[in-house]
Amino acid sequence: MKQRNFWVILTGVIIGIAALALTLLGNPGNMGFCIACFLRDTSGALKLHSAEVVQYMRPEIVGMILGSMIIAMISKEFKPRGGSSPMTRFVIAIVVMVGALVFLGCPLRMMLRVGGGDLNAIVGLVGFIAGIFVGTLWMRGGFTLKRAYAQSMTEGLVLPIIAAVLMAMSVFLPSLFAASESGPGAMHAPILIALGVGLIVGGLCQRSRFCTVAASRDAMMFKDWSMLWGFAAVIVTTIVGNLILGKFNLSFADQPVAHTDGLWNFLGMALVGWGSVLLGGCPLRQVILAGEGNSDAAVTVTGFVVGAAICHNFGLASSPKGPTVNGMIAVAVGFVILTLVGVLNREKA
Amino acid sequence: MMIVDARGLLCPEPVVRTQRAVKDGISELTVLVDAEAAKENVTRFAASRGYAVAVQQEGVDYTLSLKKA
Repeated sequence: MKQRNFWVILTGVIIGIAALALTLLGNPGNMGFCIACFLRDTSGALKLHSAEVVQYMRPEIVGMILGSMIIAMISKEFKPRGGSSPMTRFVIAIVVMVGALVFLGCPLRMMLRVGGGDLNAIVGLVGFIAGIFVGTLWMRGGFTLKRAYAQSMTEGLVLPIIAAVLMAMSVFLPSLFAASESGPGAMHAPILIALGVGLIVGGLCQRSRFCTVAASRDAMMFKDWSMLWGFAAVIVTTIVGNLILGKFNLSFADQPVAHTDGLWNFLGMALVGWGSVLLGGCPLRQVILAGEGNSDAAVTVTGFVVGAAICHNFGLASSPKGPTVNGMIAVAVGFVILTLVGVLNREKA
Repeated sequence: MMIVDARGLLCPEPVVRTQRAVKDGISELTVLVDAEAAKENVTRFAASRGYAVAVQQEGVDYTLSLKKA
């Protein structure tokens, strides 16, 4: 087997097992990992929004940023970079978060939901792939957010340091943060385990360049199927794991933290797919790049956190009851914003 | 010789630009990148299109010399 495929598949399998383990240890159903949900919970813990059921400082994300940073430093790939249209990335990140919270999950959680038998996630997956296809048309048409330049070590370390400090504060000064007493925010694996699993997964993703968007994007654009192996590995691992654990439930109805509105599951994930192609990678990949010192990715992650706060402060996020009218309007506005961003950032070939 | 400067660009742009350049059936091409992921992706793409790739590191940048095999 090619070395790349080995790393990609290994990462996919480990993510699948880690997600199953974290769910068994307390994380919400089919939410062993979810970059969107966890940043949304973190946003709530920081009191940027006041949705009481989704407030918790998630150690997994912090672990992933630091795991990526440590492995990048060891392999001499920690290269602070930045300056590739940061404000435009910030806006795209908000749009991606709107799509994710209308669907109820980032692409990674979508895969975990598929692995749990949640058929709504299959609808989301079709939308995600459609969105990625639209994104690749823009890339072929000369879309670019322009190049990044070398930055100081300090610039590259800002987000990892903030993440580490917030994590430490949440452990030693928990009264400063909001924490859900019920709902998904109250369901979580023990802190040290969650942090450790995040470190391992973050390090692996750094090595393998794991990206849920690159899987379909590279297949469409370059007939490069290597990342799809990792994509498939996550889904197969979680299907097998859930079957063994007796947690595989093939249905549309009664799925954990999910709704059954097919149109908005499709459109929400289409928005995520399209926006992520413009960003150069899925939310997970942005977290990993931020750990490698890429401050554009750090700005993007910050955009996700702010986007999550906007979603809950203005009633854009869906609930298990379904999407909201505000959320539907926001998704439509999101498509307009991505079109404008596309039109305004084209470079003649 | 044609040079594609893909330094500082996030994926998939380095590969998109390389793809655009090799579309004309060019026999030799130099691609500049500054990230490991871009180096790997461009190398893999070039190999799949029948180019031999020689990598040279200069500081934080990589010079990829593509030659039609």
